[in-house]
Amino acid sequence: MGRLIRVVALVSSAILGLTACGASNSAAGKIGGTVHVLGTWTGNEKDAFDAVMKPFTDQTGVKISFEATRDLNAILQTKVAAGNPPDVTGAPGIGTLIKLARAGKIVTLDDKLDMSQLNANYGADWINLGKIDGKLYTLYAWAALKGLVWYDPKAFAAKGYQVPKTWDELIALQTKIKSDGGKPWCIALESQAASGWPGSDWVKEIVLSQSGPTVYDAWWQGKQKWTSTEIKQAWQTWGQILGPNDSNVYGGSQYMGATTFGDGGQGLFASPPKCYMFNQGSFITSFFDGYTPKPTAGTDYAVFPLPDVNSANAGAHVLAGDAFVMTKDTPQARALMKYLATADAQDIWVKRGGGKIAINKQVSLNDYPDPISKALAQVVISTKIGRYDAGDLMPSDMQAAYWSAVLKFVQNQSQLDSILSDLDKKQATAYASS
Amino acid sequence: MEGITALIRLPGLQVDWQTLLTVNLPILVAVIIAVPAALVGYTLGAEFLVKRLPKRSQPSVRPWVWVGPAILIVGLILVYPMVGTIIRSFFDRGGSKFVGLDNFVRMLTDNGVLIALRNNVYWLVLYTGLVLVFGLLLAVLSDRVRYEKPVKSLIFMPMAISFVAMAIIWQFVYYYKDPSEPQTGTLNAILVNIFHGQPITWIQDTRFNNFALILIGVWGATGFAMVILSAALKGIPGELLEAARVDGATELTIFRRIILPLMMPTIVVVGTTMVIFALKAFDVVYVMTAGNYNTDILARRMYSELYNAGNNANASALAVILLLAVVPVLIFNLRQFRAVEARR
Repeated sequence: MGRLIRVVALVSSAILGLTACGASNSAAGKIGGTVHVLGTWTGNEKDAFDAVMKPFTDQTGVKISFEATRDLNAILQTKVAAGNPPDVTGAPGIGTLIKLARAGKIVTLDDKLDMSQLNANYGADWINLGKIDGKLYTLYAWAALKGLVWYDPKAFAAKGYQVPKTWDELIALQTKIKSDGGKPWCIALESQAASGWPGSDWVKEIVLSQSGPTVYDAWWQGKQKWTSTEIKQAWQTWGQILGPNDSNVYGGSQYMGATTFGDGGQGLFASPPKCYMFNQGSFITSFFDGYTPKPTAGTDYAVFPLPDVNSANAGAHVLAGDAFVMTKDTPQARALMKYLATADAQDIWVKRGGGKIAINKQVSLNDYPDPISKALAQVVISTKIGRYDAGDLMPSDMQAAYWSAVLKFVQNQSQLDSILSDLDKKQATAYASS
Repeated sequence: MEGITALIRLPGLQVDWQTLLTVNLPILVAVIIAVPAALVGYTLGAEFLVKRLPKRSQPSVRPWVWVGPAILIVGLILVYPMVGTIIRSFFDRGGSKFVGLDNFVRMLTDNGVLIALRNNVYWLVLYTGLVLVFGLLLAVLSDRVRYEKPVKSLIFMPMAISFVAMAIIWQFVYYYKDPSEPQTGTLNAILVNIFHGQPITWIQDTRFNNFALILIGVWGATGFAMVILSAALKGIPGELLEAARVDGATELTIFRRIILPLMMPTIVVVGTTMVIFALKAFDVVYVMTAGNYNTDILARRMYSELYNAGNNANASALAVILLLAVVPVLIFNLRQFRAVEARR
C-alpha cells in the first residue's frame, strides 16, 4: 500500500512538472502518438529506462517505441543517411553527434526547451557539454562518475591498509600490498568491439588530474599530440600502476585481455582477495549486483576517488552520461526531451541505483538508494574541474584506435613510443571533416 | 489484489499489440497484389507484343524480354553501386577531388591493412581447406553407416545458427581464467585437467587466435559442404563401384581412383564458394575481437573505415581490393558450375 502511494505521488508530481513546462503546446497534456527512441540499453538499463518512461506515457499518451543496438554510431549514421532517423537518440558518446550536428541532421534545443528553467536546474558545465559550435544540441539526463577505486573495507582492515589521500600514498600502498604478497589491482579490458576502454579511462583520468583541463581539452579536440610530453607522461604513470610486465595486476596482461570489464571486480570479493583495488566508473555497482554471492554496498565494498596526481588540479573528475539528442523534430520528441530534463524523470533513474547520478539540481540527495551512491552524488556536486569522457568526445575512429592502443600497451609497455606515434597518425586523419 | 493485477497485466509479457499489428496497408497491398500483378502484366503484355513481331526475329527478342527485369534490378542494386564504389575509390574523402591511386597506396602501405591481408590469406587457405577436408570425410564416412541421417543433421545444425550467436557459443569454449583458478572454458579445462598444461588465452594470444577464429568458421560451414558433397557422392552409380570391387580394388583405391575424380567438379564448386565466404568473412572477427590482437580482416576493416571513420575513400579502396580478389574466383566458380551441369 505504501508503495502504491509513492507511485501515485511520483506520477502526479511528474504530471505537475510536465504541465508546468509543457502547458504552452498542449493544454490537456495528452499528445498521443509514438516517439521512436534509439539507444544502447538492454537488461537492467532498459528496465530503468522503461520505468522512467512510464509516467511520461501515462501523462502524455505518447508511446515509446524503443530500439536497442550496441553499435549505435553505425546504426544511427545509416538511419540518418537513409532519411529514416529515430525521433530521439540516447548516445553513449558524442563523436558521431558532432558530425551529424554540423551536417544539420540533428535538431537544436535552444529554441525548443525552456532555457531559463534549464539554466536554473542544470549546472553551466552540463549545459555547455551539450553545445556544439555554440548551439545546444544534446541534453544529459544523468551522469556517471569515472575514476573511482572500489575496495573491500574488510580486506583493507584485515591488512591494516589505509585509504590513500594522495597519489604518493596510492603508490606507497601498492608497494606495501606487493610486499605482503598480494596483487594491488584488478583490471579487466574485454568488451567485445569496444575492448580496451577501461584502460583508456585510466589514461584520461590521469591526463586530467596530472596536466589539467587545458591539456585535456586540447587533447580530445585533436590539438594535442599523443606523442607530446603530457600525454606520454600519463601513459607512463599508468605504467607505474600496472608495474613492470603488469606485475601489479592480478593475472597480468592475459587476464586483463580475456576478462570482461564487468567481471573485473570479482577478485575483490574472493577469499583471500585476488586483488585489493579496482578502478571503474560509478555504474559498475550494477555489475556487482550480479555477482554470487551478491556483495553489499558499504560492508563488502566501498569506494574512494582516484587521488589527484597533481594537487594543482585537485577536485578534477571525468564524468560520463548518455547524450540525448532530437534526431527528428516532432511534438512527441519535444515532449520527451523536456521530460528527460525534469527532476521527476531523473529521480526515477537515481532511485533505481546502478551508479546513475542526477544532473538536475532539484533531485534530493536523500533519493539515492545507498550511502555509496549518495557519497558519489556529493563528489559530483563538489567537482571543481568536471570534464566529459575524452574518448567519447573524440571522433569514433580515434576512440577505437585509443582502445586498441590500450590493448597493445598492456601486452608490451616498451612499445609505448610506436603506439603513440600510430595514434598521432590516426589523429591527423580522424578529425578532418569528411 | 496485487496478484490479480499481475495476472491481468502479465508484467513479463507486455506485448504491445497495437504496434505489433499496425500495418501499412498501401504497402501491404502493393507487395501482395500489385507486384505480382505487375509481373504477370509485364510477361503477358510483352509476350503479346513479341507475337506481333515477324516469326524469324521472335526467338532472338524473347529471351531479352524475359531476362530484362532481372538485368534491370541487378543493374540497379549491384552494378550501379559497384561502379559507384570503384569511381569513389579514386577520389578523396569528400568525393570531390580526383586523387588517382592514392587511396590504394595508403591502404596497401598501412600496417593494419597488411595484417588484415595476411589474415585473409590464412582464412582463404585454412578455412577453405579444412571445410573441404572435413566435409568430404564426413560425407564419405557417413555414407557407410546406418545412422547417417542423425549424424548429418547434427553436423548441419550450426548452419542454422547466425554467425554472431556462433561466436558467443565459442566464447565459452575459448574462455580463459587465471591459472590459479579452475578453468571453466571447455578448451582450457581439457588442456589443464587432462594434459596438465597451462591455460591459453585463445582469443588474445597472437600465436593461436587467428586459428581459433577460423575454426569457428569451419565449424559453421562444414555441414554445408558435407551436404552438397554427400549429394554428389550419392550420384555416383553403384554399378561402377561394384565393378571395381569385383576387379579386386581396395576401398582406398576406389576412393582415390573412382569416387574422388567423379566428385571433383562438385568439390571445386564447394571449394570456390568457400573461398568467396573466406574473403567475405566478417561476423566472427567483429564479434570476437573487433580486429584487435592482429586478427583483423579486410571486410571488418572496410566496415570500420566506413562507419567508425566515415572515410568513404579508404572504405571504397578496400572494397575494390576485395572485389578484385573475388572476381577471378567467381568466374572460375561459374565455369566449373556450368561444367558440372553439362555433365549431368
